[in-house]
Amino acid sequence: MLTFVVRRLVGLVAVLLVLSVLVFLIFFATPGIDPARRMAGRNPSQQTIAQIRHEFGLDRSLPVQYVLMMKHLFVTRDLISYGSQTKVIPEITSAAPVTFSLVIGAAVLWVVFSILVGLAAAVLRGTVLDPILMILALIGISVPVFWLGEVVNLFTQSRWHGFFLFSWVPPLGYTPLTQNPLKWFEGLVFPWLTLSVLYVGFYARVLRANLIETENEDYIRTARAKGISERRVLLRHNLRTSMITFVSLFGLDLGVLIGGGALLTEVVFGLPGVGQLTYTSLSGLDLPVILATVIYGAFFITIASALVDLLYAWLDPRVRPA
Amino acid sequence: MAVFEPEAEGIVLDAEETGGDIVGRSPWALAGRRLLRNRISLAALALFLLIVIVSFGAPIYAHDIAHTDPFASNVTGTITLNGKTVDVIQQGTGPLGLGETPIGPTWTFRYLLGSDNQGRDVAARVLYGGRASLIIGLSSAGLACLLALLFALVAGFFGGLIDTVISRLMDLIWAFPVYLLAISLATVLLTSAHGLNLGLFTLSASSLWIPLLIIGLIYVPYVYRPIRGQVLSLREKEFVEAAIAQGAGSFRLIFREILPNVLSTVIVLLPLMIATTILTESALSYLSIGVQAPQASWGTIIQDGQALLYTRPWVAIAPGIMIVLTVLALNVFGDGLRDALDPRSKVRTK
Amino acid sequence: MAEPLLSVKDLKVSFRTEDGLVRAVDGISFTVHEGEVVGIVGESGSGKSVTMMSVMRLITDPNVIYEGSIVYKGRDLMGVSRDAMREVRGEEIAMIFQDPMTSLNPVYTVGWQIEEQLNEHYDLQKGQARRRAIELLTQVGIPKPEQRIDDYPHQFSGGMRQRVMIALALSCNPDLLIADEPTTALDVTIQAQILELIKNLKRDFGSAVALITHDLGVVADIADRILVMYAGRIVEEGNKEQIFYDPQHPYTWGLLGSIARLDRPRARRLTAIAGQPPSLINRPQGCSFRPRCPQAFDRCRREDPQLTAKVGDGHLDACHLSVEDKRARRDATINPELAETA
Repeated sequence: MLTFVVRRLVGLVAVLLVLSVLVFLIFFATPGIDPARRMAGRNPSQQTIAQIRHEFGLDRSLPVQYVLMMKHLFVTRDLISYGSQTKVIPEITSAAPVTFSLVIGAAVLWVVFSILVGLAAAVLRGTVLDPILMILALIGISVPVFWLGEVVNLFTQSRWHGFFLFSWVPPLGYTPLTQNPLKWFEGLVFPWLTLSVLYVGFYARVLRANLIETENEDYIRTARAKGISERRVLLRHNLRTSMITFVSLFGLDLGVLIGGGALLTEVVFGLPGVGQLTYTSLSGLDLPVILATVIYGAFFITIASALVDLLYAWLDPRVRPA
Repeated sequence: MAVFEPEAEGIVLDAEETGGDIVGRSPWALAGRRLLRNRISLAALALFLLIVIVSFGAPIYAHDIAHTDPFASNVTGTITLNGKTVDVIQQGTGPLGLGETPIGPTWTFRYLLGSDNQGRDVAARVLYGGRASLIIGLSSAGLACLLALLFALVAGFFGGLIDTVISRLMDLIWAFPVYLLAISLATVLLTSAHGLNLGLFTLSASSLWIPLLIIGLIYVPYVYRPIRGQVLSLREKEFVEAAIAQGAGSFRLIFREILPNVLSTVIVLLPLMIATTILTESALSYLSIGVQAPQASWGTIIQDGQALLYTRPWVAIAPGIMIVLTVLALNVFGDGLRDALDPRSKVRTK
Repeated sequence: MAEPLLSVKDLKVSFRTEDGLVRAVDGISFTVHEGEVVGIVGESGSGKSVTMMSVMRLITDPNVIYEGSIVYKGRDLMGVSRDAMREVRGEEIAMIFQDPMTSLNPVYTVGWQIEEQLNEHYDLQKGQARRRAIELLTQVGIPKPEQRIDDYPHQFSGGMRQRVMIALALSCNPDLLIADEPTTALDVTIQAQILELIKNLKRDFGSAVALITHDLGVVADIADRILVMYAGRIVEEGNKEQIFYDPQHPYTWGLLGSIARLDRPRARRLTAIAGQPPSLINRPQGCSFRPRCPQAFDRCRREDPQLTAKVGDGHLDACHLSVEDKRARRDATINPELAETA
């Protein structure tokens, strides 16, 4: 166990290092781009540019530049975003709860629904409901999430806002949970639904495929030969083994989303989360923020991957070390 | 005691004795037969092809049917509607009559779906957008699959250092979350003052090549992994050993023994990759870092439509519907293709 | 004779497929008495597994069609409800399968799986199931059962796993144990152990055994009666002595000739049965074995032989040859050296 943790920690640091270096190279070392000019914000004076150049060692070698930036980020923690002129780390820490709220809420929704739909489709195989559910799932993964968000907004904010069904939907944006729980919830309902559509479609299909494949396994036949009820065979034997793949995929997706992968949903619904921050920093070439969000994201993705491995070993005894 | 003579010394198998012809069919032929029986998949394929044809016919539509130019700004233009002359961009329809609103869907051939805020024919633009999105989608998926196939064959077959190097490279690319890598590359390449300068030639920022190459690149690892896995297991199989025993050289082994077997995996992945690349391109274009003006793609039009969302929703809705139909058709067909090549279903037959 | 435990009459099991109706079992009848060991022998596709899977109603293919009757302890299992069938399974009729690696659920401990079956059929106190499971593991010869009960299937060797499966099957004292190729996936040395185990347990538990195999050598020691199946039908049936010492059907001769035996005078090539099993969709006219039968003559092409007793009580075969002709031709097939020297 200890070796596992240590190995993973080393891996985590390695990944963070590699990713940050790569991102750094992409944004700093690509010819035709002047980092200092961009970092100086809008209409910079020559003096500002020179100051930045000195502070970040842009007149020195690349490795030095990288180290200096990392130092500002982690050690002195005074790295400032040149887009908003505020400190980077507080920007991220205030964006994180928004992303958490969005992603975790959506995750709960999509796990519950995809299990229900996947189970239903596998059980109802051969009837007309199975293809219907699967077509719905297919539609789910065929809809661009940002477009779906737009359409949802169209109806909830504008067209049908008058009806009682949608009149409670607050305008686009985020209300912190601590400030007003009800508004927090109301503002997140539709983002949750929109984000989960894609994932319900995907996971329901994955689960159904796994259930059908496991159905042919010998141990399912043995379980039936034991005289166990169909329901128990389905849930305790079939589903239990099918969930292994489901859970590993889920863990990885969750990691990516928490790390900033939900940016399209955040942008469309006006939620100031890490995803939106990543996007605005990338398109604004705000390198300090970019580096910070990349590291933040990579951190969660790697942690998620490690947790998934642990979970997998818990679920499947065959992969446990002897 | 009866003396009998056995009918024949040897065993002769007659077709009628065994109860019917033993006709050998190749796995491809069997798969083709299964696919042809799957009417839903064929319908999906037909839908996809229809969308492709219509999109590539965009110039014809714009020029000969709608008589509009979807790329030229037409802010002061007028069209005739029901005999009356109407401004393309009109006085605001809001409560205060402020601002300007483009004309809504006319449901005639001119400005079928209305106009955007530059006075351009939305329907024609959607078709042109389809052309761009499909070109990028098809090419980048093809590129990703091709590169992945080559890398996987080489890495999987030769193993050792080559495998390690290539696989680590793939891991590196894949370590970047897709959105991050795509956005980073796109932003950087698009901001370079003169587009991408590759020494020999430059790609202007509005070329379709930039998003095409970016999207093609980022999905290589995704296709690479399963193919390499398959190559590795095929390498150990007996028929490869047999071929080596016959004196086959490396290239022959790769291309004549292993390649045909991984081909079915690639074929099944292809429609799904196209669906993925189309969605990715539309997301990037929506974020304004995909296809650039003056080109249009479905994603850019959705972005254009965002400002008009509550007043002229069709601008944003129409391209989205096209994306859904195209991607759905690809997914349905991809499913059918996979079922045809690897059937394990036990569904009730007639 | 006492009422048979299991009485199968004219069972037909067919499957609808893209290519037509596959007649996997084409009208077979047999009985199993209490405490008896019946060996069902045939090659792949002969219908032996499908027959016994039908007895347990374990076939999940929605395209299956059944005809005939399967009477167990006076009840026709074809007609009972699903719930009633569930009670029969595991408790009265139990089955062990060919590949113990894949037949046990990999994510649950061996003890959990045995206890699951016990708890399904009996109302047990806490701890009772576990004690019983340990007892069973001891009975099948698993060392250190108190520890091993909490191990997972992949932590056992192949032979041990099959013992676990046997423990599972016998946990509710079934009256009939169906063993579907129980030794095929195991090493030859382990095979003998498992067969020995089955023999002993049959004695201890008093169950009847239906042993399905493609290898006549496997049933040689353990079976009381043997059924030889080919292309969905029984082609010969008899007790052990009759089948091994006076086989009547050319297919049985082929099977016997293909076994390596220690009592052969000297090493010689094993006889293979040429050709392939027939298509189960379009049965050829006449005897279904005819295309591969070296003894076939014109009547075999015209007329389907019936399974009747020609040579003795309880010894049935489905072949047109007369008994004398059979015996003459038989020795040429199985023991050509003896025939030569005769």
